Amino acid sequence: MITLNGKEKDYLNITVEELLVKEGYENIRVAIELNGEIIRRNSFGRTLIKDGDNVEVVSFVGGG
Amino acid sequence: MTEAGPKLFYGNYLNKNVFSRNTDKNGLRFKKWKIYTMDRNEKLVLGKYEFNSRFILGSGKYSLDLIKAAVENAGAEIITLALRRAVSGVDSILDYIPKGVKLLPNTSGARNADEAVRIARLSREVCESDMVKIEIMRDSKYLLPDNYETIKATEILAKEGFVVMPYMYPDLNVARDLYNAGAASVMPLAAPIGSNKGICTKDFIRILIDEIDLPIIVDAGIGRPSQACEAMEMGASAVMANTAIATAGDVPAMAESFKKAVEAGRTAYMTGMGRVLEKGADPSSPLTGFLED
Repeated sequence: MITLNGKEKDYLNITVEELLVKEGYENIRVAIELNGEIIRRNSFGRTLIKDGDNVEVVSFVGGG
Repeated sequence: MTEAGPKLFYGNYLNKNVFSRNTDKNGLRFKKWKIYTMDRNEKLVLGKYEFNSRFILGSGKYSLDLIKAAVENAGAEIITLALRRAVSGVDSILDYIPKGVKLLPNTSGARNADEAVRIARLSREVCESDMVKIEIMRDSKYLLPDNYETIKATEILAKEGFVVMPYMYPDLNVARDLYNAGAASVMPLAAPIGSNKGICTKDFIRILIDEIDLPIIVDAGIGRPSQACEAMEMGASAVMANTAIATAGDVPAMAESFKKAVEAGRTAYMTGMGRVLEKGADPSSPLTGFLED
């Protein structure tokens, strides 16, 4: 079980890159925070998300 | 009426522009002695970046389909964005922004300096732009910026190499602190965000323009092109608007109107405004009677 953008999800031993594909974020430019730490884009493929991790996926929206 | 000698008076004192005026039988003739001593094409400098446009466009509250036309009509070289949790299956706003336009992420949603710093760092990861507009609000009724937390966030982010543009309540002491903290500009509010009320804080923004050696960018509350023009006439370095355009009947057309207003105000400021008479009148036409020498 992980927490993704505030919601609990049943993922185990999955990389950030795989998570983004499974959740439909692969075509959006996002930034990732894993347990409060930013994960650089070039590390998405080798960063493993573990049980109990908290993941935030953020992107841009319109704003002033 | 006999010819008067050159009568000197001082115009609007920008670099001491001096005008002479000759009145002769042929009518009134103005002659410029010294004008445009400041470079009218001077660029807007924000940290290491330079811009020709002095109108910063917001991207909130209107359709993604209108962004390209709004940016182009506004002549905008900077557009603001907000960072939120990603939603899958929704178009990315980044795909709608014309190439070459500098992205200026804001830290909206931050309630203190730490949250603003977090948002700024994440925003840089998304867009690889190191510009950030700091926006820290503690209430959602008036959306007034927390100046104290804004100074703290500015200091941290400027040290990390960000080009920091803090949105603030126009207070001279705070503006000085922001300068010392490494801000690239200061963005005083004209009126509450989204209110379209115009420059309610005019006298205080004027103090910042006079005293702070950074670009002063009037942000928030500007509702009409005439108000944007007024800010530029006062000597603001740039104007930022979002709601005025987003809530207009025709978004791209209003963007164009703002562009023209900002340019008009800038040129007027650089030229030096004509003087105001305290009393009486000053003829624009020859004072001779019609058909008289």
